[in-house]
Amino acid sequence: MNMNDNPGHPVERQHWLTALAMAPCAALEQALEQTRSAGELPTLIWLRLPQTGLFMVRARAGGSGAQFNLGEASVTRCAVQDEVGRIGIGYVRGGNVRHAELMALFDLLLQDEVRRADLLGAVITPLNERRQAAREAASREAAATRVNFYTLAREVE
Amino acid sequence: MYVAVKGGETAILNSHELLAAARRGDERVPEITPAQIRQQLRLAVARVMSEGSLYDEDLAALALKQAAGDQVEAIFLLRAYRTTLPRFGYSLPVDTSRMALRRRISAAFKDLPGGQVLGPTYDYTQRLLDFSLCEPSASPLPPRADEPLAEAMPRVSELLGHEGLMEEELPLPGDPAPVDLSREPLSFPADRATRLQNLARGDEGFLLAMGYSTQRGYANSHPFAGEIRMGEVALEIVPEELGFAITIGEITLTECQMINQFAGSSTVPPQFTRGYGLAFGEAERKSMAMALVDRALRAAELGEETTAPAQQPEFVLSHSDNVEASGFVQHLKLPHYVDFQSELELLRKMRNRHEGRMKVGAGGTAPTEVAAEENA
Repeated sequence: MNMNDNPGHPVERQHWLTALAMAPCAALEQALEQTRSAGELPTLIWLRLPQTGLFMVRARAGGSGAQFNLGEASVTRCAVQDEVGRIGIGYVRGGNVRHAELMALFDLLLQDEVRRADLLGAVITPLNERRQAAREAASREAAATRVNFYTLAREVE
Repeated sequence: MYVAVKGGETAILNSHELLAAARRGDERVPEITPAQIRQQLRLAVARVMSEGSLYDEDLAALALKQAAGDQVEAIFLLRAYRTTLPRFGYSLPVDTSRMALRRRISAAFKDLPGGQVLGPTYDYTQRLLDFSLCEPSASPLPPRADEPLAEAMPRVSELLGHEGLMEEELPLPGDPAPVDLSREPLSFPADRATRLQNLARGDEGFLLAMGYSTQRGYANSHPFAGEIRMGEVALEIVPEELGFAITIGEITLTECQMINQFAGSSTVPPQFTRGYGLAFGEAERKSMAMALVDRALRAAELGEETTAPAQQPEFVLSHSDNVEASGFVQHLKLPHYVDFQSELELLRKMRNRHEGRMKVGAGGTAPTEVAAEENA
């Protein structure tokens, strides 16, 4: 398995895979344009053609108790391989085939030691910052609706 | 006896055309797109995803357009579509304590850590029709606080936990995989995991009525809305290629922790017990109703007297699914011509007999003769 080839990398790879899966597809298209203009892309073969299917979403009773099946979510996945045998995978929630393809491509490119540092800086870090900013904006909007209770003191006669 | 009935083909095809025209409406009005439905009718989309038991906003919006806004029909469309998709696997259990909160309130604790966050709610609107919405307007910019909410807010149910006043929710020994109702038929007795899956995709109106019945005295459990939270949680899976978990996206969930009085039993001291509701999307009414019904269905487990419909698993779980219910009610539209004909004949015979008896009582002919005459 790929993770055994690079025993030090699962955590790093976990991070970039999450960043790619959570990114807007348009941002990945843009990143592809940048990467393409910076140099040749490897020739890839499909290990698994893009396919949309289902994951059953599990939850816990009371939030922390026994597991139960909440309902399904659509997921699109694919896998690509380059000439040296690196495997890139794409798994995104929803039905966006292009998003899964781009995720797999970048996962594969990021496994290339020569490209990694550049891609982390040029693609993954901005995606994380963007996601963080969006999350903070939403959280500040919610925080503006927080109730500040005050107690009315009865006037002393 | 079978009677082959043919014909109607042209009528059916023409009715499809008529349906499409009715769906489109007046062509001078712009056609609605699934993207508009997804963005501007998000609560309708949430209900279709929740009861269609499939989280996919685009498909749910399309189903709503196709069904001309008929929610149960849209739910049926989504359920039918999901059967065409392969099952890749199961997610890790979602962690609602790490939810990116957009709303979080408690009716039990005023000053809960993290505060009461109202979020986008209709609760404090005046429910007056807003005629300004008849005209398009610029999207409002909601105010932002200087600081975001805390990263993780404790669940209210954990606040009383350390005093032992609140029932604990712990994984079962060995944390077993739950029964999956999308794979196995419902059977009884149904454990809590099975009940929760059934309720999670159950009809909101049905659950609302059952929950309401418990409040009106049919299994009163004295509920408090301990906590309601809504926001985004990470969807984590373990891809078969990797062997470690990755986040592949987020889903919006609404969670309700209902707190209920419990007098205790011979083994358990008096404490608060809990009912749980969880639903896809912004679905507060649904998750509250679900929590009430979940708690009512725990009556037998808690040694309470079971007297009310909401406490009977066979009754509640067998009637909660609106795809099944709608199918069975609406199958009455299918041709029952032969059935009806035989009922008609039976009824005529019974009436003849009845008439005959009346005549015999009045000194008339024997009933068998009357029947023979009429059949001749």
